[in-house]
Amino acid sequence: MDYVIEMLGIRKEFNGFVANDDITLQLAKGEIHALLGENGAGKSTLMNVLFGLYQPEAGRIRVNGQDVQITDPNKANNLGIGMVHQHFMLVDTFTVTENIVLGNEPKKFGTVNMKEAEQKVRELSGQYGLSVDPTAKIADISVGMQQRVEILKTLYRGAEILIFDEPTAVLTPQEIKELIQIMRALIKEGKSIILITHKLKEIMEVCDRVTVIRKGKGIGTVDVSNTNPNHLASLMVGRDVTFTTEKADATPAHNVLEVRDLSVNDSRGVQAVRHLNLDVRAGEIVGICGVDGNGQTELIEAITGLRKTSGGSISLNGKDITGLKPRKVTEAGVAHIPQDRHKHGLVLDYPIGTNIVLQTYYQKPFSKAGIMNYKEVYKKASTLIKEFDVRTPSETTLARALSGGNQQKAIIGREVDRNPDLLIAAQPTRGLDVGAIEFIHRRLIEQRDSGKAVLLLSFELDEIINVSDRIAVIYEGNIVAVVDPKTTTEQELGLLMAGSKKGADEHV
Amino acid sequence: MFKNWTVLAVPVISVLLGLLAGALIMLVSGNNPTAGYMALWNGAFGDSFYTGETLRQMTPYVFAGLAVAFAFRTGLFNIGVEGQLLVGWLASVWVGLAFELPKIIHLPLAILAGAAAGAAWGFIPGFLKARLRVHEVIVTIMMNYTALHITNHFIRDVISDGADATDPVRETASLQSAFLQSITDFSSLHNGIYLAVIAAIIMWFMLEKTTLGYELRAVGYNQHASEYAGMNVNRNIVLSMVISGAFAGIGGAMQGLGTFGNMFINSGFSGIGFDGIAVALLGGNTAIGVVLAALLFGALKVGSLNMPIESGVPNELVEIVIALIIFFVASSYMITWLLGRLKKKEAK
Repeated sequence: MDYVIEMLGIRKEFNGFVANDDITLQLAKGEIHALLGENGAGKSTLMNVLFGLYQPEAGRIRVNGQDVQITDPNKANNLGIGMVHQHFMLVDTFTVTENIVLGNEPKKFGTVNMKEAEQKVRELSGQYGLSVDPTAKIADISVGMQQRVEILKTLYRGAEILIFDEPTAVLTPQEIKELIQIMRALIKEGKSIILITHKLKEIMEVCDRVTVIRKGKGIGTVDVSNTNPNHLASLMVGRDVTFTTEKADATPAHNVLEVRDLSVNDSRGVQAVRHLNLDVRAGEIVGICGVDGNGQTELIEAITGLRKTSGGSISLNGKDITGLKPRKVTEAGVAHIPQDRHKHGLVLDYPIGTNIVLQTYYQKPFSKAGIMNYKEVYKKASTLIKEFDVRTPSETTLARALSGGNQQKAIIGREVDRNPDLLIAAQPTRGLDVGAIEFIHRRLIEQRDSGKAVLLLSFELDEIINVSDRIAVIYEGNIVAVVDPKTTTEQELGLLMAGSKKGADEHV
Repeated sequence: MFKNWTVLAVPVISVLLGLLAGALIMLVSGNNPTAGYMALWNGAFGDSFYTGETLRQMTPYVFAGLAVAFAFRTGLFNIGVEGQLLVGWLASVWVGLAFELPKIIHLPLAILAGAAAGAAWGFIPGFLKARLRVHEVIVTIMMNYTALHITNHFIRDVISDGADATDPVRETASLQSAFLQSITDFSSLHNGIYLAVIAAIIMWFMLEKTTLGYELRAVGYNQHASEYAGMNVNRNIVLSMVISGAFAGIGGAMQGLGTFGNMFINSGFSGIGFDGIAVALLGGNTAIGVVLAALLFGALKVGSLNMPIESGVPNELVEIVIALIIFFVASSYMITWLLGRLKKKEAK
């Protein structure tokens, strides 16, 4: 086989920590090659080595059969390697073309020849079916379009090999479909692609071969046609993994949460939630699904008391909790796994042990007459750490030092332990690997089975369909449909999320 | 373990580097560094009188340092310690003059008046920050000037009749101690030093042991998480500035009831409030660190007075040394990096 890129026996260390240990990745011409691994397995390190950001301690890199030293990203560019970053590197106030030529401007008498650049961008866009408007401002185009601009940026610089870093994380299902088409078009034009991901479905759908790394070690390369998602998952995690979360049918009882005609403004004062109605009953999980920015965040902030409402009411077990302060909402029986665990969920510079009492520190036995009883705090913490399998050297370790999955387990332990009537889980598995996801899903279902009401917000359709008992689709601040996860499809959800109404509007 | 060691290493190495750089400057400017530093040492701890003066100088530094450190630990920059100290000074002297009470009531009342005035001066920037999100640095800096001119006005036109200084406070409100004077060869050391140590213990206890401290530090580290957890962030901001201001105000009372026994027209800032920022920084914003750093600053300031007499080195050199120490602490990253390098080499 002809390899365009060969990374042979790559080893990269950081202060004694081995991030890549003897990893080999060979990219054939014209293939889509997946690089699969858990968070922290060393995928990004390996790609940064290829892109010239890190120098490997051992191993060789060959491009088109020639040994090369990639000392900086410019060198990588010259060798035809382009990277489509997960977090876009675009200037919002510039046009598409201005962004694409940035740092590589066609010059004419000392000025930038924008006309020529626009023409070239238009040609490239047409060639690969990207349909990007070269004169649009970045701020005005969708996330999916912005990603295409990133792709164009690499093509404009003559990339033959494209690295996609978790490209689907920010996209809607429809956009993912379009991206896959684009990737196929790129292959047809003779490009080769490395796709960094931990989503197995995408690998099965679009990739030719997959290289798996686990804890910094290369596990091997397999043909996608000879494998299945379960096999890949066990290669990635190192043990068997179940995907479909086992659960009995829900037996919903009385309404725990009732949201009526709720309106909420976002930080800019624009109405983000518009006359929304929603019920969550005891013993069921309601999944909220929608494209980011359709009022989900504001809805949850309103329920938990973090944001003022501008109309309507929220009640918990028949008691009005509209406009209550967060502490009162918590005391009323609401627990909240926040979307951003670093910003809201934890005080990162506090030990993980004291984070466990973040909402209850003022209550007995943790506090008596204004004096903290840290012995009790750490006792509680060590129980929860054991129960929720939080891997930490000790309960006095700073929360900052824990991995994302263990931080999240600690938060879930804390929230569940308060024995709430309503558990709100906002993107509880964001950025976590399959093992942790499995654990968290099990815990959510456990809560449901013990008669709690669970409100789940997620941008992962798989998660929503797998875990929820009912799915409420949110679009432009309103619940536009409630569907049964057993009968719905990702296509249907995708259409609903994009705002196309079903014939008969089934309202909550 | 290693981490605790570096926490201590940075200030210690900074002080050593500052002194070393000072020695180089003395060499370059044609002075004898050994003689200069000997004179500094003798001037700070040479005999019991100087030790007394050093401890007396240290007292307000402890309070100013605690004020800055307390605010800092709760996420606020209190640059207004100077102003809070001035109003505390004035309030304590006023109470010390205006009432005739037994000492057991009068002295605590005068100190509390200082604390209350400082607290009030801290309340304003705290309130403005909590309510209107006005940055506390701006407000506290401006309030230093208002404090300076308001206290001057009160001294000249309210408490006295056009005089440049108030009368000495009554004996019942004085911190002066015949005992401390007698064991330090009649230095100006007064009972305030005990209060400084007690205040440091209070600050440590308040932050590390109380429920309020848990909350205040949480707000300091992460306002969003604190709000999510149901803490009242705005109340904590105000409270933190009030407590910080109270520390500073008592620092002023130490001057008014102890060191000077009165208050006089200040043409400019006393500098103690600003030095308090340096003390807190050097002390790593911890109670024990502040006490040690205040002792160092007191020794440097008092000892420097002896340098021109004994060795002919101008006492401004100490200002340079202090500035360099602060520079090295502020660039602590450089020191930890160097330590890391050394450690690595050793390992190899």
